[in-house]
Amino acid sequence: MTARLFVPADAAAIAVGADDVALELAAAAARIGRSVEIVRTGSRGAFFLEPLVEVETAAGRVGFGPVAAGDVESLVSEGLLDGIGARSLGLVEDIPFLKAQTRFTFSRSGVIDPASLDDYRAHGGGLGLARAAAMAPAAIVAAVSASGLRGRGGAGFPTGIKWKTVLDAPAPRKFVVANADEGDSGTFADRVLMEGDPFVIIEGMAIAGLATGASRGYLYIRSEYPHAIARMQAAVETARRAGWLGDAVAGTTHAFDIEIRVGAGAYVCGEETALIESIEGNRGEVRAKPPLPALKGLFGAPTVVNNLLSLAAVPFILAEGPEAYAAVGYGRSRGTMPVQIAGNVKRGGLYEVAFGITLGELVEEIGGGTATGRPVKAVQVGGPLGAYFPPSLFDTPFDYEAFAARDGLIGHGGIVVFDDTVQMDAMARFAFEFCALESCGKCTPCRIGSTRGRETLDAIIAGRDVSRNAALVEELCDIMRFGSLCALGGFTPYPVMSALRHFPRDFGLPETAAAKAAARETAA
Amino acid sequence: MQETEERTAAIVARFAGVEGATLPILHAVQEAFGHVPRDSIPVIAAALNRTRAEIHGVVSFYHDFREEPAGRHHVRVCRAEACRAMGSDRIVAGFEAALGIPLGTTSADGAVTLEPVYCLGLCATAPAAMIDGKPVARLDEAAAARLAREIGR
Repeated sequence: MTARLFVPADAAAIAVGADDVALELAAAAARIGRSVEIVRTGSRGAFFLEPLVEVETAAGRVGFGPVAAGDVESLVSEGLLDGIGARSLGLVEDIPFLKAQTRFTFSRSGVIDPASLDDYRAHGGGLGLARAAAMAPAAIVAAVSASGLRGRGGAGFPTGIKWKTVLDAPAPRKFVVANADEGDSGTFADRVLMEGDPFVIIEGMAIAGLATGASRGYLYIRSEYPHAIARMQAAVETARRAGWLGDAVAGTTHAFDIEIRVGAGAYVCGEETALIESIEGNRGEVRAKPPLPALKGLFGAPTVVNNLLSLAAVPFILAEGPEAYAAVGYGRSRGTMPVQIAGNVKRGGLYEVAFGITLGELVEEIGGGTATGRPVKAVQVGGPLGAYFPPSLFDTPFDYEAFAARDGLIGHGGIVVFDDTVQMDAMARFAFEFCALESCGKCTPCRIGSTRGRETLDAIIAGRDVSRNAALVEELCDIMRFGSLCALGGFTPYPVMSALRHFPRDFGLPETAAAKAAARETAA
Repeated sequence: MQETEERTAAIVARFAGVEGATLPILHAVQEAFGHVPRDSIPVIAAALNRTRAEIHGVVSFYHDFREEPAGRHHVRVCRAEACRAMGSDRIVAGFEAALGIPLGTTSADGAVTLEPVYCLGLCATAPAAMIDGKPVARLDEAAAARLAREIGR
């Protein structure tokens, strides 16, 4: 009997040896005269287990991991091809990290063959588009509004309102732009989805086209993701051949096609107006708003600019109904968030879960604390523009408003864990340094402020006039926060000020009451 | 020089009818030449009905586009927060020592370019790098030294 194996071709799995493992599995099977079929899937997102090899059995898929190429021979001799062996993880679906998730958007990633539209369909793909094709545009928009879906890029703006604005804007042409310029450190959900389930993105974009009257979509992928680019290009070709894209989308009279655009290493292009400039062929400089892109966006036309994860949530909403999506969540944050746990963490990976789970549960229980085994000192939530949270704030629920209330943001859902060896003055300096490196230069607070901030941090680190310079940094952060055109300059104060506030001793400043409490938590 | 212009014109022609073709053209030019040659810029500008200054402005804005050729091998080490949390400083130092060049430079013989990158999306398997387009992760100093040897300096 042919053994059916699944080995991820996800970039992170490849980075830890998945390609070599796949080759070794084929060779080891051949040596014992067994025939095998190796399906290269995406990743389920349990990266601490990658390379994760799965074997189809009568009971379900059995996992082994992390597997090194050198382990393959012995694993096969112990019975891996039949799903047997002392090192088996058991049924993959029962692995606690995976079992406890609520997978609305990532239900297929790591499960299906991402190159196969048939496999996508066999796992429920395409239902949302079929439903949308039979609905009036306003009804699709109403469904998205009813789901409570908010922008997953970080701003949390209601997706339905954005779509309605574009639908109601009379124009000869409109666009859908999917933002996959996932530049935040600690985030990789866009990448995992593009590599593991590319058709759900195409389906979401096509539904957005039907809903708003847009006839063309652009998927803007950062150049640092070559595997995702190749996967999406192939998927768009396949979708065209299947009639999902083209002159008659899914049997409707509506035309919609997708063009993939590749970024060129500019972080600021993740900002929607800079991204539009980049697609138009210009320097990625931020535009002042208004006009909103929904009214005057790409090539001057009404444009939906959505984060890739927002668009990818839509097929589920159409297929299962907006109530099913809105049924989970917390406060005004409805549905699920693919949280990404990374950095110095024992069990790092993608964890899709309903809003409302606390930061502490994510870091300590799901992530298992640090990889180094040392105490957690701080976690940065929401990418390089997100705040550093000490363990004393681990009761914060994952929710847009709850994080804002504690001077932070959830951003694109990335959590980077640091142990007690991190120097927070150096991290604050890096926040300014990164802002200076990536500033588009259009507004003064960001362009000049970032460099002056780095210099002032250098002075603090050198121990010069510490309290006076700390006050200067605070004042500078105020100016950047309220005077910058976009989130790059406007949010760089989050990591800087949170580091200063929660870890003053790292800057040579006297301890505050809040920071004392934080230090006690770390020690505990 | 003539040849650069002709090859550039052939590349530009492939994008006829593409709206906002500047970045796709620049990527294709860099793919063909290894960088964006100075002599390509007037050809691109003329085809897109833009000024040379505008095209130069685009080239200089984006970190990916280079005006000088890179080394034959390209090592990009992640310097963003998740990799820092896992000791990317040591990985950078490891590559610098093994390759004998500081970060952000190309070796004198043109064999290798060592550059920082700010996130490869491999943050749950940090620290990470990308070597000639191939991702590598869970690195330590020994792995950096081995990878540096493998690229065959």
